Amino acid sequence: MAQMNMIDAIRSAHDVVMAKDPNVVVLGEDVGYFGGVFRCTDGLQRKYGEHRVLDAPIAEGGIIAAAIGMGVNGLRPVAEIQFADYIYPGFDQVASELARLRYRTCGDYFSPVTIRTPCGGGIRGGQTHSQSPEGIFTHVSGITTVMPSNPYDAKGLLISAIESDDPVVFFEPKRIYNGPFDGDPNKPAVPWTTHPKGEVPEDYFTVPLGIADIVKPGSELTIITYGTLVHVAQAAARLTGVDAEIIDVRTLAPLDVSTLADSVCKTGRCLIAHEATRFSGFGAELAATVQENCFYSLEAPIERVAGWDTPYPHAFEWQYFPGQKRIAAGIRKVMEAQ
Amino acid sequence: MMEQRAYDLFMQNLVKGTSHLALGQEAVAAGFGEAMRSDDYTFCTYRGHNHTLVRGASMTGILGELMGRECGLLNGKGGSMHLMSVEHGAMGSYAIIGAHMPIAAGAAWSAQYRESGQVAVCFFGDGTTNIGAFHESLNFAAVWSLPVVYVCENNLYMEYTPIGDVTAVKNPGADRASAYGLEPILIDGNDVDLVYATAQAAIAKARDGGGPSLLEVQTYRHGGHSRADPGKYRPDEEVKAWLARDPIPAYRKQLLAAGVSDSTLDTIDQEVSDRVDAAEATARSSSPPPLDIADTDLWADGTSTWRT
Repeated sequence: MAQMNMIDAIRSAHDVVMAKDPNVVVLGEDVGYFGGVFRCTDGLQRKYGEHRVLDAPIAEGGIIAAAIGMGVNGLRPVAEIQFADYIYPGFDQVASELARLRYRTCGDYFSPVTIRTPCGGGIRGGQTHSQSPEGIFTHVSGITTVMPSNPYDAKGLLISAIESDDPVVFFEPKRIYNGPFDGDPNKPAVPWTTHPKGEVPEDYFTVPLGIADIVKPGSELTIITYGTLVHVAQAAARLTGVDAEIIDVRTLAPLDVSTLADSVCKTGRCLIAHEATRFSGFGAELAATVQENCFYSLEAPIERVAGWDTPYPHAFEWQYFPGQKRIAAGIRKVMEAQ
Repeated sequence: MMEQRAYDLFMQNLVKGTSHLALGQEAVAAGFGEAMRSDDYTFCTYRGHNHTLVRGASMTGILGELMGRECGLLNGKGGSMHLMSVEHGAMGSYAIIGAHMPIAAGAAWSAQYRESGQVAVCFFGDGTTNIGAFHESLNFAAVWSLPVVYVCENNLYMEYTPIGDVTAVKNPGADRASAYGLEPILIDGNDVDLVYATAQAAIAKARDGGGPSLLEVQTYRHGGHSRADPGKYRPDEEVKAWLARDPIPAYRKQLLAAGVSDSTLDTIDQEVSDRVDAAEATARSSSPPPLDIADTDLWADGTSTWRT
């Protein structure tokens, strides 16, 4: 085992898979010579060569499309979109082509592309370097949508994603690249060495796609969340003293319905937390799924705590961000409901 | 002939939805089809029946796909705008303008990486030259020296608007070539021998590591943009002049002048006509696809639902 932060873990996932499979290639803006703005591909071009780790021009639609084309004949491209906020010019390629090639061709033709992209706020990124657009991708049938919350999962899930024959959009919450973050920006940053999931095998291993993780078992309330808020939710639950079962969804689509449903049917209460905008957010799908599966076990309305229905306002970052206080208030509301 | 039959089938309401015919533009697909190696890639647009056919895809499969029958190339899941035959290197017709151009660059990159010697040929219309993907693709192709041939079929209209009204340069393809360090190439796309020779040269250059080409071939679609369009926005004299340059009778004349006999050409015509008849008959008798295929092949395990 080694100590890794999420950046190390993601780099290691690339390294392990590239060493194993010569068909894995990496492309994106600044990923080669420079090693990526967040350093996730640092050293890969030196090790594997310019022909396998390509510096692409600034053209997100082109990058994703080129990856699709590379994948037509056995290659496994990993495309980095430097910030999730830059992914929109490539959305057409994801929604209109990548997601539906297999379906359209009755299985004759597919492209096992993995698109990695850092997402989320909490880094003073402002409106266009802080977004969490995962719900836009879960709405597209045929796209596996993943968001890890720690280095161990990041490596294991990324290897699974690259090896999957389905296209994957892999969101990396950049606020927790360097350490788990409990939602309190006034506390000193904590490194991943303090967290058990900062211990990551150096060799090949996988974390399966499509399986949620029960981060902390509990009996009074289920908190369904993912990404940075997995850590914030744990801190918020401690603040309230409620014995919450906390579930890290990890793979948003396809969704591990049974893990969520079993938990809520057991606890009878449910809070959903994500950083993305609330309206039509992924939380709405989670709430509907829980309702469909657990209606007769619910003792309170399902509560959602999410980002505001506005762009990420630079000066009000910590009000927009669903921090400990907002999640704790949500927990109390669900617990007090009769 | 196949496209004319597709049109007839429309009129009998056997082909549902829209379709985009390339009557008048046949010389482009024919010339390139002859110049390509069997494992080369083709990427084309929703006006792509001919481009798919010339790679060797079955006529029954094409007509069946248009008619939404089980015998269709994609079991009816694609329709007229999404013909594809991977085994023939026909990597798809794409209905989103420009979407396939960077995909073709990626396919060419894959061929380069695997040292397979394959070339990707990507067809698109004049309207595509104004979308970002066109420029991104040419830059990719030039920067990475990809084995790809981009073929702009300039039929003078982007859907319903004259291309000159919405484009900053006179020749939408050729005049952009220099921006990517490429030679401007502008040819008569109704001259099938010239198309063939130009295609051969560009494909050979790509295969030999000489990098990409951008060709503008000037041609004309005899009909409107799609089934719903009679094309009345085009001046009568213009249509008349281009109909007189129909590449198929023109080539027949050329072959006769070269000494090929009338009867040989008649025999070929008859053979093609018989093949179209047979394809139509098979497609007509083929059942609609079973509804349960609608739930297949979304995910890699073949299903449309979650796997665990």
